[in-house]
Amino acid sequence: MSVLEIIIALPLLAALAVGLGAPARAASLGATFINLVLVLVSMVQYAGKSGLAFTQSRPILENPSLNFAVGADGVSLILALLTTLVMLAAVWQIEDRPNIFYIASLLIGGGALGAFLTTDVFFIYAFHELALIPTFLMIALHGRAEPAQRKAVAWKATIYLGAGSLVLLAGLAWVVLEFSGGSKLTFDLEALRNQAKLTPLPVEKQGQLFFLLLVGFGSLVSLFPFHSWAAPAYATAPTPVAMLHSGVLKKFGLYGLLRIAMPLLPQGAQVEWVQNALLLMLLGNILVMGLVTIHAHRLDDTLANSSVMHMGYIFLAFAAGTDIALKGAVMLMFAHGVSIALLFGLCGRMRNQLGTLEYSKLGGLASHAPAFTVLFAFGTFASIGLPGLSNFAGELMIFAGSFTGFKGTLTNLHWTVILALWGVVMSAVYMLRAYRGIFHGGTNAGFYMIDPAFSQRLPFIMLAATLLVTGCCPWLLLNLMKTALP
Amino acid sequence: MSVFTLEAGIALLGLALLMVEAFKPDISRRTLGLTAMAGTALALVLLPFCGTTQPGFMEAWHQLDTLAMFYKGFALVITLLVLWLTLECAPYLTRFTLDGRLAEMFSLPLITCAGMMWMASARDLVTVFVSLELVTVSFYVLVAFARKSAFSLEAGVKYLILGALSTGILVYGIAWIYGATGSMNFAAIGEALADPATSKPAALFGAALLLCGLGFKVAAAPFHMWVPDVYQGAPTPVTAFLSVGSKAAGFVVLTRALDAFLAEGSIIGSEIQALLLVAGSLTALLGSLPAMFQTSVKRLLAYSSISHAGYLLLALACRESARFDISSSGIVAFYLATYLPMTVLGFLGLGLMRANGLGEDIKDFAGLSKRNPFLALLMTISFASLAGLPLTAGFLGKLFVFLGLADHGYWGALSCAVIAAAAGFYYYFKTILVMYTVEGSDTPALTISMASKVVAGALAAIILVLGVYPKPLQKVLAADKPAIAAK
Repeated sequence: MSVLEIIIALPLLAALAVGLGAPARAASLGATFINLVLVLVSMVQYAGKSGLAFTQSRPILENPSLNFAVGADGVSLILALLTTLVMLAAVWQIEDRPNIFYIASLLIGGGALGAFLTTDVFFIYAFHELALIPTFLMIALHGRAEPAQRKAVAWKATIYLGAGSLVLLAGLAWVVLEFSGGSKLTFDLEALRNQAKLTPLPVEKQGQLFFLLLVGFGSLVSLFPFHSWAAPAYATAPTPVAMLHSGVLKKFGLYGLLRIAMPLLPQGAQVEWVQNALLLMLLGNILVMGLVTIHAHRLDDTLANSSVMHMGYIFLAFAAGTDIALKGAVMLMFAHGVSIALLFGLCGRMRNQLGTLEYSKLGGLASHAPAFTVLFAFGTFASIGLPGLSNFAGELMIFAGSFTGFKGTLTNLHWTVILALWGVVMSAVYMLRAYRGIFHGGTNAGFYMIDPAFSQRLPFIMLAATLLVTGCCPWLLLNLMKTALP
Repeated sequence: MSVFTLEAGIALLGLALLMVEAFKPDISRRTLGLTAMAGTALALVLLPFCGTTQPGFMEAWHQLDTLAMFYKGFALVITLLVLWLTLECAPYLTRFTLDGRLAEMFSLPLITCAGMMWMASARDLVTVFVSLELVTVSFYVLVAFARKSAFSLEAGVKYLILGALSTGILVYGIAWIYGATGSMNFAAIGEALADPATSKPAALFGAALLLCGLGFKVAAAPFHMWVPDVYQGAPTPVTAFLSVGSKAAGFVVLTRALDAFLAEGSIIGSEIQALLLVAGSLTALLGSLPAMFQTSVKRLLAYSSISHAGYLLLALACRESARFDISSSGIVAFYLATYLPMTVLGFLGLGLMRANGLGEDIKDFAGLSKRNPFLALLMTISFASLAGLPLTAGFLGKLFVFLGLADHGYWGALSCAVIAAAAGFYYYFKTILVMYTVEGSDTPALTISMASKVVAGALAAIILVLGVYPKPLQKVLAADKPAIAAK
């Protein structure tokens, strides 16, 4: 039995136990904490290795060949660490809520772990769907809006993500049919990759298939113009769901592109029309959504839109396709996940205590809640990309890695990098404005908050410390990846 | 002991129960029902131990290959579940029957079951016709069983008229096929069709008529109009039986007939295949799209049953893959095996709600999660699986159908199937959401008997286990047909 199977099963079993009446908080915290330890131990064991480790394959169907196969390399382990960190924090910060909050958080986290740690396309897809359902249900049942409005938001997210999943399913079916060598259909990712190495597709076809997968995975990551579900969904979702979906589950689309699309279709992203389309879309994410974010006048809107915007940088790395940029993308996936989960968690607490998140009503909160302010500052500065926090490492690697091959004339890619850099400026504008408006300046009568108790600060301290440690020592994560692509 | 003795035994048990009912009217329905169930269960237990040898004279029209054995077991399982469902719904059903009795409700399913088991082994068109009629005629009675309910009578009349018409068309088709090929035997028909000397228009006309007739039975578009009314009007256990048993019976015959029509070098192969693709796409769409606008869950399940028939027809159109060792008959059998638990569970939930005095409309599902969380969870599992959610039994079957279509490059049919599946997600999850998010009226909590809880829980467990671990069905999927073995 592989340790990864335990890591996947623990949250799901804990969810089941809570559903059957086990003490919710103890079971959830216990399972997620053990999971975090297991992932950290696995990472230490993996250090210095390359390729898949901890593999285990259990046959389920012989023909078509379907296995419950687990295995992890550096990238999967980094994302597993992200999942367990955010899941622990999300579960921890739940206070006075029905058990379904714990169950949903565990299911989303467990589904994400399953998607990151299995190596069979069927299960990768299935686990992601498993994690999506509680997301929709929680928005519809416990969203922070009027029942009619939260239902509308939940439906919108369901339709976008459902349609995206269907496109993805079509793309994956095409992949499976195209790269199953021999007379058996196979869903095993390693086998598909080997076949893709042996008999690569013609470049033009690679481009078409890559584009299909890009639309499928992209709508799950809120790639422009398939992004409009994301901001209202995050702004409405209950706090642990917002933390887990924006922080972790959304990274599934990026992980899929990195693990499935790019290795199987190595030239897919470089086909001219595909690359141009991708560059346009990611500029939409960075510039259009950047401007939208600047105009937000509520904290949850700002955070939700910024989370859409920051995905653009990672797509930039995919468009460039260099090893440094892709490693930076993984770094940024991790860093963004931690920082946005931190911010959404704090934002949820603010909403609970203050009842509003309108910038026009808030101000001067720092005087009563200094510790809270410091924690929020960590999220803010990480989000801007301040050196010393891990987002900086990721963004720097992406920009440096993408601006390569300059021979006197600027290609479309180079122009995109130049334009995308302005996104950093926009991030600084809206995040610093939000920070100043909420925590500094004069206090508005009636709206003030106090620091949470120490035990409730701990999950956020853990996330902030992670940002600091991986920001100062990015090699801790980067050394796990010999190459970003398998 | 050979398998055909089981069929004979089931039929005899049915007749015996009928006689007991007639001459000893005061016998309790529990005794009748439990006897029928015991007989079916015994047959099911004995089935794997039965030999597949049979007397030489039967060889010509009766075969006992893997597929036949699978469908025989399938018929026994669904009959057992339907008998149990009838017992469970009895207090409610008897309000609509003459003298408040259930009488033939326990003997007719046994006779139907014998017909379905026989049909699974059919090797020629005469056997097909006789066994199909045995099944259909029993269903005429069963559908109209709730005599005092106008809906049930209406359903019975509709089913009778359209069923009789389709039988006529079927016989007409058989006559043309016999005229064109000179044989009733599937294998011989296949050989004759491979001979260029055979008259193509006559064979094509006959085959098309035969497909029309069978299309009625499996509810394929454009012959699907009767389904919503009949499913809605029939007593719920009968609806479940129609939706699973009758459909499976139709598909086993279709599988056999298509083996002949689409055999290597068949002169009508490409036309029949095109017909199947068009009919399958239409069926999937015409089942799924109207389902989005239904307000009655029973009608919704009826339309969804039509769309499932569409996916199954599309699977049949794919035949053997050019590159992969997968046969369409295996996929159809696999699909039906996963379709059984989820459909029965859905109808079981409906029956339990009805038995508690609730209606069958979507609005009656409001607040179900509060009134009986267990039933709400079971219905959620059933609907999620019917929609084809990954990690439930319903997903793999659909996935195989879609993969088959993509492998053959039938992009048009694949798009129709995907649209139908997407619509399916909408209407199933709409119903699930009503259970959890809409506040219900103040009706008291639902009570469910322990036996119901156990059976329903087992069905739900099967759905979840098969979704993650379908290995027990591996043999079904690889159902080796002669064509595959030869390859």
